[in-house]
Amino acid sequence: MAERKIRILMAKPGLDGHDRGVKVVARALRDAGFEVIYTGLHQTPEMIANAAVQEGVDAVGLSVLSGAHNTLFPAVIEALKQKGASSVTVFGGGIIPEEDMTFLRNKGVMAVFTPGTSTEEIISFVRGNIKSVH
Amino acid sequence: MSDLADKVLRGDVLATARLIRDLDDGIDGAIAELKVLYPQTGKAEVIGVTGAPGVGKSTLVSRMIENFRARGKKVGVIAVDPTSPFSGGAVLGDRIRMQNHFNDPGVFIRSMATRGHLGGLSSSAYEIIKVLDAFGSEVILVETVGVGQDEVEIAGAAQTTVVVLTPGMGDEIQNLKAGILEIADVLVVNKADREGAQVTVQGLRRLLEMGGFDRKGWHPPICLTVGTDGTGIPDLIKAVDQHREFWNRQKAQPGFEHKRREEDFLRILQGQAVNKLIVSLRRNGCLEEIVARITRGESDPYSESEKVLKLGDYARNE
Repeated sequence: MAERKIRILMAKPGLDGHDRGVKVVARALRDAGFEVIYTGLHQTPEMIANAAVQEGVDAVGLSVLSGAHNTLFPAVIEALKQKGASSVTVFGGGIIPEEDMTFLRNKGVMAVFTPGTSTEEIISFVRGNIKSVH
Repeated sequence: MSDLADKVLRGDVLATARLIRDLDDGIDGAIAELKVLYPQTGKAEVIGVTGAPGVGKSTLVSRMIENFRARGKKVGVIAVDPTSPFSGGAVLGDRIRMQNHFNDPGVFIRSMATRGHLGGLSSSAYEIIKVLDAFGSEVILVETVGVGQDEVEIAGAAQTTVVVLTPGMGDEIQNLKAGILEIADVLVVNKADREGAQVTVQGLRRLLEMGGFDRKGWHPPICLTVGTDGTGIPDLIKAVDQHREFWNRQKAQPGFEHKRREEDFLRILQGQAVNKLIVSLRRNGCLEEIVARITRGESDPYSESEKVLKLGDYARNE
């Protein structure tokens, strides 16, 4: 049996237009040997869930710098669930205050990375926690 | 057993995505599903879009989706990007240009990485075309990786191959003589609002006039487009439609279908035969022995290869 290649969708939900961070992470994950699908700015949770399903990904990484993470992260998780893809791991990053972490984890976000996180840290999270859901 | 295949035939998106993943990952059992799907394939119109990196393939594909959707056709898209030869990873970014169609249930977009396959497609692309066909996509747009001169595989997978160029490639057109230009059923000069578009068209026209090989009476039209604002897209679609009609006439010729099926079969046989041989050689430890013999100078790779093929027993031990 051949080995599964891990596929990750990197997405920017909502209205903020800052995509430098998500591109750096996408590039780092590529260099770590993962297949990364990047869909660009201004995605609605439904667009992200549709892309995740069609692309057959194992995880979705969300980047939000606008402060709307408490709305957007759970909305993506809900959209995935509605499309029958609740086994897809969701993680995220952005300017996220400490006090929101527990809320997001309870909503099903597996990990949250804040500014200053090294790409190595994110890679080792993916290596250790993302298994093929297929 | 063929649970997945049944769901694909019923138009289930999750099952389709999953079967594609299994085929791409080379999972045992995926081929069994394809056997079920095979009789239901061959209905879709497959259109290839190829050209150098940055000529605007993804943007054109997005425009073409728009057009086919306006006609009420279900559209499938396979967009191939390169895999890093060093890390094995990839960033697949063609979807960015196709955002308008993310929430359209009549459009299924799948990004693929080449995973080391040369030729402009992924090695699973042929099979994934069949899956999308069985899933009910009436038009399947296949966007290759950004290609150079010799990645002409798309021509074997698609009924109509669209080759995209941009102005300012004048001298390079000479280099395109053999290979990629030959596979063009439709030529597109995209970014036609830029300087030099007419020069590029003239250059292409001259090349086509030189002829060279038998196109069976088809003269590739040259379309001028601006993908970003949609200029020229109706002409492009018209050219594709005309080629489709031409292709249908060819298809009715004796031997045409036979040749196509033969190519498909031989490609599958080649892939499976080589895989099976290598897997069983590894499993039996024979590979180690063979390489050791060659390293010690007791044999050479040509003789060993002949021996393996003669025995064939390696494969039968499966």
